[in-house]
This record gives sequence, structure tokens and C-alpha cells, in this order.
Amino acid sequence: MSSADASASAEADSEPWRSEDPVRPTAVRGFGDRVFRRQLTAAGVTVLAIMAAVGVFLLLRATAALKVTGFSFLTTAQWQPDVHHFGIAAVLTGTLLIALVAVAVSFPLALGTALFISDVAPRGLRRTLVAMVDLMAAVPSVVYGLWGLFFLQTHVIGLSRWLSQWLGWIPFLHVDGAQPGEPLASSSVYTASTFVAGLVVALMVAPIQCSVMREVFAQAPVGEREGAYALGATRWGVIRAVVLPYGRGGMIGGTMLGLGRALGETIAVYLIISPVFTIQPHILQTGANSVSSLIALHYGDASDFGMSALMAAGLALFLLTLAVNFTASSVVARSRSGAQSEA
Amino acid sequence: MTVVQDVEDSPVVAVADGIAEEAVVPDPPDQPRRIGGLSRTGVLSLCGAAASGLCIAILLFGQLAPLSGAFGFTVVAYATFLTVYAVLTGLEEDGPAIRDKVMTVVLWSAASVLFSGLVLVVGFTLWRGREALPHWNFFTQDMQAAGPLDPLSNGGIAHAMLGTLIMISIALAITVPLGLACAVYLNQIPGGFSRFVRTIVEAMTALPSIVAGLMVYATWILGLGLQKSGLAAGFAISVMMLPIVIRAADVVLRLVPGTLTEAAEALGAPRWRTVWHVILPTARSGLATAVILGTARGIGETSPVLLTAGFTAALNADPTAGPMISLPLAVFSFVKSPEPTMIARGFGAAAVLMALVLVLFTIARLIGGRGAGHRSKGQARRAARASRRDVQRFDDLHAPALPLFDGENH
Repeated sequence: MSSADASASAEADSEPWRSEDPVRPTAVRGFGDRVFRRQLTAAGVTVLAIMAAVGVFLLLRATAALKVTGFSFLTTAQWQPDVHHFGIAAVLTGTLLIALVAVAVSFPLALGTALFISDVAPRGLRRTLVAMVDLMAAVPSVVYGLWGLFFLQTHVIGLSRWLSQWLGWIPFLHVDGAQPGEPLASSSVYTASTFVAGLVVALMVAPIQCSVMREVFAQAPVGEREGAYALGATRWGVIRAVVLPYGRGGMIGGTMLGLGRALGETIAVYLIISPVFTIQPHILQTGANSVSSLIALHYGDASDFGMSALMAAGLALFLLTLAVNFTASSVVARSRSGAQSEA
Repeated sequence: MTVVQDVEDSPVVAVADGIAEEAVVPDPPDQPRRIGGLSRTGVLSLCGAAASGLCIAILLFGQLAPLSGAFGFTVVAYATFLTVYAVLTGLEEDGPAIRDKVMTVVLWSAASVLFSGLVLVVGFTLWRGREALPHWNFFTQDMQAAGPLDPLSNGGIAHAMLGTLIMISIALAITVPLGLACAVYLNQIPGGFSRFVRTIVEAMTALPSIVAGLMVYATWILGLGLQKSGLAAGFAISVMMLPIVIRAADVVLRLVPGTLTEAAEALGAPRWRTVWHVILPTARSGLATAVILGTARGIGETSPVLLTAGFTAALNADPTAGPMISLPLAVFSFVKSPEPTMIARGFGAAAVLMALVLVLFTIARLIGGRGAGHRSKGQARRAARASRRDVQRFDDLHAPALPLFDGENH
């Protein structure tokens, strides 16, 4: 009955789409939609609040320690919070050195692998390789730490000795107490160093860098690639002339995302290094430190004030990684939005 | 630019040089450049270069020069290999082709180094775990009755496995609803605020995990005065997992075709129905992948648990009271001991953890391999059956009077 009514009324209303003023649909938000929107917004606000709470609570807990030390928090290398003599000069430089070694090693590997997957690898193999890179990013850090401690450490001593023997004149590759000519010299000066920790962290951050770079490389415009091939370019010529210039933002951003991860790595670094509280610029020599392993080492036996000092160290690490990540994501975002080209 | 110049230059030179004009040799027909692929000479020169690189390195390290060390040997052998390969290729190809060949080999090597790193890490863990894994008690007992000197036939990691299970369940119970709702929010309600939330979330994906642990330590243990427990560890893992899940889910939701959403709205569906019945089912496999990959990261994190869960050798099934331990934390505490049996237990626990991550990862790949809107065979069959049912239902509704088509007769 109702459908008959509807068809009748449709006939009576003679062709409304021909009329002069077009019917504009208006958005009517029903009750369900209003509730829905409110719930979604609440979820967004909650997430934002959680993320803000990280910074706020660290700051609240850190104020007691920061009030005592003031600016010398950044310049003191020792960590003796119970006698109010502590600072992050040593651990922060240690963190930066480990991260720099990691990025210096992982960047060429990640770049090479990303280019390999996007341009060189046989097509049938590419999906498998992408999955393997993702798997590598999901391997727990404690597993990398075990590998570094029990496998890499013993195998990398030869490399450390070789580097310090031939390149020891470069200041940061110098090793105090090394005896280059002695085949029977103790190798313990080379263990637990910034270099070993950096190598392990490099393996952890390379997949992150690689997947960002690969995504950007895969977006390089097909028209430009084919144009380059049509002009007689080789595959490497196409990579040099099209893929790399297009993907520069992704390369920088991906590298910095890896750097952010490397700065915050805890367990693998903690397992490998033997902590020292002096600024240690010799990366091949035993003894290193990082902010996160300082926290992991001292949280158990810290007094209230010592905990506040650790919170301050955590806050410094948090701000550092946040700055690196913000820069990275804005570089990646800009490179993608600005680089649209007509194929 | 250089290409154009080359083309213009050659006829000018030919015309100006009268003698050369008569002796002009017809150009060989254009050969399209080979891109990729292997030729027989390519394979032969690769093998030859590899052999000569190896031999020169052996000669240098064994006989001629005072060089030593496995790493130095590899570097010298590789450099010689590349040089010889470049020279061999140069015998019959031009400059760009040589560079291309050499760089292809370099890219192959970079990828093989990275992937052999992965294989080494996973393989080494599983291999060293072989001592502890065959003992069945390793999976059924806790460490309460086992001292550091006890053999592997006594004590196990049941408490750590249960702890990991409880912690990850708590973390999932928080991150899945909150994370997915936030991802839908970022997609469905655009505006300045949601852009801001997205920026913050993206910056937080690389939040140092120990900072997440510190934050829960500061609020839960110092602020509220509660003790370390599995619940606190679950919260810490959630703080760390949230940005990862939100970001991955956001990317997947963005891939849902706009035409589907528009079709739903054109049918008059309110926004929440569109999201619930169109967008989420379309992106289901991608969302599952996002959650599983976040889970894989959350399971493996040690440092948030280290600060918030405490440490215990006993089985504890109550997340609200008493310390709890998780698999990565158990690995960490086992290998800090100098006893070989404890280290063997550590590797056993690491192998179990690695196997867990591998299984999760495989599941994620299996259900998440397809993009948004691509259905598996079973899903397609179910959808076809549902739409046949709908057709049947419409027919049943309208069959007696046939009002849809014979409206004028009434």
C-alpha cells in the first residue's frame, strides 16, 4: 500500500530535477551521529591526554632534582644524586655517540636495501623482502641484545683492532692501552664499547629507515622513470636521476626516525656496554653509557631524590627524541605533499 | 642537456670535416639497452671477478703483505672483486653501463648484509635455545624451586609466559578500542584538532619505551602509591603500543575507497552506520594487521616492564597484586647471571619469545596481505550469499502485488 502511495506521489511531483532552483541536500545529524562524533572526539582527546601526561608527569617528578642542580645538570658528568652531584653530560654524549655510530652504519645498509627492493630485486621476490624487513623491525630488542652480547661481541674484536691499528690516528678511533704489535695482547680493551653497541642498534634501526625510504622510492613517478629509460638511461642512471632526487625527503626523514629510535634504545645497549661516567669520545674503547641504560641500571636502588634525578634524565631523553621525531615526520610529510609530479 | 649537445655536435663535425664526410661509416643500428637480467658474459665475469678477488686477497694476506684479520680480508677481497668486475665489464660496455653493473652488485651486497643480519639474529637465538627447549618442564614449571645451579631438568618459564599473556591482554584491552577509535577519529572528523592529534601521535611512535615505563612509574607507583604489578606493566605497554597501533590503523583507513563511503551516504546511512558497516569491514584485514604488529612490538619490549612489573620467580596469575614477570624480562634477568644453565634458560626463553613474534607476524601477513576492499574467496562467497538472500527478500516482499513495476495499474 505504502509503495503504491510512493509511486503515486512520485508521479504527481512532476520531475523535480527539471525545476529552476536545484534541491540542495542538507546534512542532518541524527542523534546517533552526534553521540558517535562525541565518542570519537573523546577517544582522540584521551589519546592526546595520555601523550601529554608522559611529558607532564616526568616534568613534575623531575622538578625536585632540577631545582637542586639547575644548569649544571647539563654539564656534570658524574652521577651521584645522593650527594647532589649529578648531571647528564656523560650519558647524553654517550647516547648521541651510540646513535651516531648506529646511523652511520645503518644508513648505507638501509638505503642500499631500499633501492634494491624498489628497483633491482626480481619482482616475485619483492613482497617477501618487504615482509622480512618488517619482521626485522618486530624482533624484540632483548633478542638483539643477546645476539650482540654473545655473538657479535666476540666476532667484532678483530674489526675493532683492525680499525684502531690502521685508523687510530683519527682522534675518536684511538684506543688507550691498545698494543697493536702484540698478537697476544688482551682484547678486553675493545669489548663493551660504544662501537659494539652502535652496531647492534644499527641492525635494529636499519629496517625502520629502510621501510620509510622504500615507501618513498616506490612513489617516484613512473612517467619520469620511463622517460629516463627512453633517453637511454641505465637502471643506476634512473636511480641517480629520478629516484634519489625524488626520495630525498624520505631518506632524510627515515634516517631521522631511525635516529630517534636509536636514541631511546635501552635493553640491547644495557646488556652490551659497561657503564662509565666520564665523557668517552673513543668509540672503540671499552666503556660507554646512555641515558636509558642509566635509568635501567639505577631505578632499583634509587632514593626518592635519586628517582627524581632519573626522571630528569628521562625527561631530557624524551625531549631529545621528540625533537628528532618532529623534524623527521615534518620532513617526510613535506617531501610527499610537495613532490607531486605529472606523469 | 648533454644528450641534446651530443646529437647536435656530431653532424656539425661531420660537415666541417670534409674528409671525414666521405669516409663516414654508417652507424650501427640502435640497440635497446638491456635493463636488468643476466647475460652469459655477465655471469662469467661475475664468477671470474669473485675468483680473482678471493685469490688476490689470499695472496696478499698469506704471502705478500703483512696484513691480517678476517674483516680486513673481507674488505680487500670485496674491493678487488668490484675493481676486477668493473674492468671486465668495461671490456665490452660503455661508462654508464659499467657504473650500472657495479652499483647493481653493490645494492645486492647491501641487501644481503642486512638480511643475513636478520637470519643470524633469529638463527643464533633459536640455535642457542636448543639446550633448554627439549625439556618439557621448561614450559610447565616456574623458577621458584630452581636455583641458579640446578640443571635444566628443573625449573622453567611458565610464570613468564603467563605474565606475558596477562600483560599483553591488558594492553590489548586498552589499545584496541582506544587506538581504533582514535584512528577513526583522525579519518572521520577532520579539522585542526585532529591534525594536531595526528602530529603528536606520529611523533610519539618512536617514544623511548623506557620513558613509557618511567611515566607509569611516576603516576602509578609514586603518584598513587600502588605496588608494582602486572596491571601497571600492562598500562606501560599500552602507552608504548598506542601510537604504533593508531598510526598503522590510520594509514589503513585512509586506503578505504571514497566511492564506498559516498555510496553509503547516498543511500542515506548516518555516519556511524557508514563507519560501522562499510569502513571498518572494508579495512578489517588491514586493521587486524595493525593490531597484530603492535602486539608483536608490545610483547617484545623489556624496559617498560622492567620498571613497572617488579620481579618474581613464582607463578602469579593476579595482575592487580604482587610482582609479575614477562618473557623479555625473564630473558634479561636470566642472562645477567654468570651460570651457564641460567644463560641457557635465557636463550630458551628468547627462542620462545622469538617464536611467538614469528607466529604473530605470520598471522598478520596471512590475513593482512590484501589491501582494503579485496576479499578472500570465503568472504566473497559469503557476500554473494548475503546479496542473493536480499534479492530473495525483496522478491518475497513485493511478489504479491508487484507494486514496483506495475504501479500505474493500481
